[in-house]
Order: sequence, then C-alpha cells, then structure tokens
Amino acid sequence: MDWTALTLSLQLAAWTVAILLPVSVFMGRFLAYRRFRGKGLVEALVMLPLVLPPTVFGFYLLVAFGRNTPVGDLWQSLFGQPLVFSFEGLVVASVIVNLPFAIQPAQRGFEAVAADVREAAKCCGMAPMASLWLVELPLAWPGVMTAMVLTFAHTLGEFGVVLMVGGSIPGETKTIAIAIYDRVQGFDDRGAAIMSGVLVAISLFTIALTQWMSARMGRRLS
Amino acid sequence: MTTIIHRRSLLGALAAVGFARPVMAQNGVPVVAAASSMQFAMAEIAEAFAAETGQSIRFSFGSSGNFARQIREGAPFEVFIAADEDIIPGLHRDGLVADPGTVYAIGRLVIVAPHGSDLVPDGSFDTLAALLNAGKITRFAIANPEHAPYGMRAREALQARGLWEALQPFLVQGENVTQAAQFALSGNAEGGITAYSLVLSADIARLGTYALIPEAAHAPLRQRMVRLPGATPAANTFYDYMQSHAARKILERYGFAVPAAG
Repeated sequence: MDWTALTLSLQLAAWTVAILLPVSVFMGRFLAYRRFRGKGLVEALVMLPLVLPPTVFGFYLLVAFGRNTPVGDLWQSLFGQPLVFSFEGLVVASVIVNLPFAIQPAQRGFEAVAADVREAAKCCGMAPMASLWLVELPLAWPGVMTAMVLTFAHTLGEFGVVLMVGGSIPGETKTIAIAIYDRVQGFDDRGAAIMSGVLVAISLFTIALTQWMSARMGRRLS
Repeated sequence: MTTIIHRRSLLGALAAVGFARPVMAQNGVPVVAAASSMQFAMAEIAEAFAAETGQSIRFSFGSSGNFARQIREGAPFEVFIAADEDIIPGLHRDGLVADPGTVYAIGRLVIVAPHGSDLVPDGSFDTLAALLNAGKITRFAIANPEHAPYGMRAREALQARGLWEALQPFLVQGENVTQAAQFALSGNAEGGITAYSLVLSADIARLGTYALIPEAAHAPLRQRMVRLPGATPAANTFYDYMQSHAARKILERYGFAVPAAG
C-alpha cells in the first residue's frame, strides 16, 4: 500500500475542493439567475472538460504552462520551479477539469430556489450577500454539497491528465491512480488490488455520506 | 443556523485532511527518471546504494520517449536513465542535459509466451511464423515503436524476419516495454516481445517462457544515462554509483551487457 500516494491524492482533492467551493457558489448562482448574451457559450465551456479526453487537456497544459511559455516562465520566476510536473501544476489541472462537476450541480441547486423567496428577501431589505448566505445557500445547499463531493471523488479518480503533466514523481505528483497503474506494470497484482480496494471504499463512503447529508437536509427543509 | 454549522463542519473536515504542501518531507531526495525496462534492476541498485551511502532515490518509471518530452517541458528530474541513446544527443544539443552522458548497459530483446500458449518462444521467430501462417495468432504484444526504444527494436527484428506486415492486424502496443510484457503474459495474447531484464525478475518469470532474440536481428539497445543541469550532489553520487562495480554486477544479473569500465 502506497500511503504517500494516497495522502497526495487526498491533499490534491482537498485543494481542488477548497478552490472550487467559492467558484461553485458564485458561478452556479450567476448562471442560475442571470440571462445574458452568450450564456449558452459559457455553459458549454464549463461543460467542455466533461466530454474532452484528458489527453487534450494534458496536451494544452503542457503547451501552455511548460518551459518557455509566458505562464510557465512567470511561474518559474515567481516560485523557482516549473508549474508542470509539480503538485501546484496538478492543482491547476485538477481545478480546470473539475469545473463542470463543481458548477453544474450548484447551478441546478440555485435554480431550484423559488423566485418569490428571493423576491421576498429583497423586499425585506436584505443585502445580496445576506440573502445568499441566509436564504439561498441553505436552500441550494444540496446542489453545492453534491458539487463538492463529485469534485472530491472525481479528483481521486483523475488519471489521464495527471499522467501527462505529472511525471509520476513520488511524494509530489504520483497520485494513487498513477501508483495503481505503476503497480500493475510492475506485476505487483497484490499491491494494485489493495490500493484499488481502498480507493473503492473511500469513494463509496464519500458518496454515501453526501446522500445521507442531503437526505437529512431535505427532511429539515420540508 | 444548523446549516451554517454544517457548512463550517465541511470546511473543518477539509482542513483536517491537511493543506500542507506534500513535498516538504522529501525535499532533497533526487528524482531519477528511468526507463521502465530498468525497474527491477533499479530497485536492487537503489537498495544497494542506500545501504552503502545512506541516501535514498525517488524513481519515476516510464517510456524514454515520454521522459524526453517531459524534460523538454521542464520536468525536475536530476538523472535520466534512458533505454537507448538516440534520444540523448537532441536533448544535449538543446542544452537540456548537462553532458552527453554515458552508456551504462546494453539491453536484449526476448520473445515471450504465457503458460498454455500455442507459441513456443524461439529467437529466430520460426514458431511465430508458423503459427501466423496457420492463423493461430490473435494478439501479439510489443512496446509502442513510436516512442519506446524496445518497441523500435522489436519492430526492426520483426521487419528483418519479414513478419512485420503480416503481424499488423494482431499487434497490441504497450505504452512502454513493461506494459508490453504485461499484455504479452496476461494470457490474453499468444505472446510478445519485451526486455530480457524484465523476464529475469521472479514476478514475471513465473508467468511464462522466453527465448533471447539474437543481437544481430536489430540495432543494439545501447542504453545511455545522463545528468540534468539541476543535478544535486546526491544525484551525482548516484550517477557515479551506477558505474560502480556493485551496480554493474546487478545489471549483469538482470541480463544487461555492461560496457568496459573506463
């Protein structure tokens, strides 16, 4: 069992969720309530990582963030190390590929908040942030929660992009999914089986936890 | 207010996972990119190296072609242990590696077949040709000849015997030579071509039988290693250790021919 790889995957998932939580709430709310020109295009862009193969993202990230690119050079001069093949690079990649998982369910959650409830909050003189925090979020919470759990679980399972921009460096970019791949290639079936089992258990637990939480939430709200 | 508490508990749970940047514990341990054909031999060499010097090494195993690409994009490897030598001059010309490097081993190809396969491995490919003619080959595994050195040499050997075209519909390609061995010996193929160094490891030896392919059948698999400009003293020590008597003994045990010390 490669605990370093498992811890690394959990940390990657935690960072991804932490960064995407505000994105999920504000983008989800924005897309749910606003009508504007090009909204269809924005929604399509958000959904893009869902249908594109990870190799496409891996390739773009290599080309956009690699050595001798403006972004790559800027990062190198700021932090003294390259963005690709580093943990930070994985976080950037992970945030991008998880956008649809973070935004879509939250958007559905905010869409489910009845317009007259929001109107009432406004009429009562609630500031937009207060309305978001005290009225909309409690109602849209199951959507946001689902978004975060999907993001977390999906990050644990991410493979293709990590393989292309990670470089499989132990303790830095070798996630649990990559470690399993390496074990299979190393003919270590037992190691691969144990790690796969652990990953299945964690994923199942995470999903069961959300379902339980949103069921409780639904009961209290009704 | 309960919902707000829930929100906080989620954030608390996230914080509990720990946001510490994970590399700190392993800073200073050099990262060595090594061809996947080397993985069993390298594990043993690293163990001997640790016993002698007390220093550890982090390995990333994969195909040499992919590593070359990753080094071009700035991968933070300190030593690159390739499975051939044609990849290195280009990297050296572009200033991506510190020096022209050195040939540390010469690899060999083997044809393998899993237990129970119709294929009885022989280095001249006679049984492979006969099975192919009889329509009894459904899958045959090699490493990707586009970027994996052992795949390129396997293609040369099959071309030299005139079997390359006939095998096309049945070829399955591993991303690197270890995956080719995996495919060849999984029982889903009649066999395949992989690295001698791999079939000499106990984990793989028990899965099937093999025969050496004559060196004359393909260009030599001269394997070169090289340091990158960012190599730390620990990486340099390891680079030197790879050429030591102890490391050469281990390489020989994994079926590599080792160039004369010099």
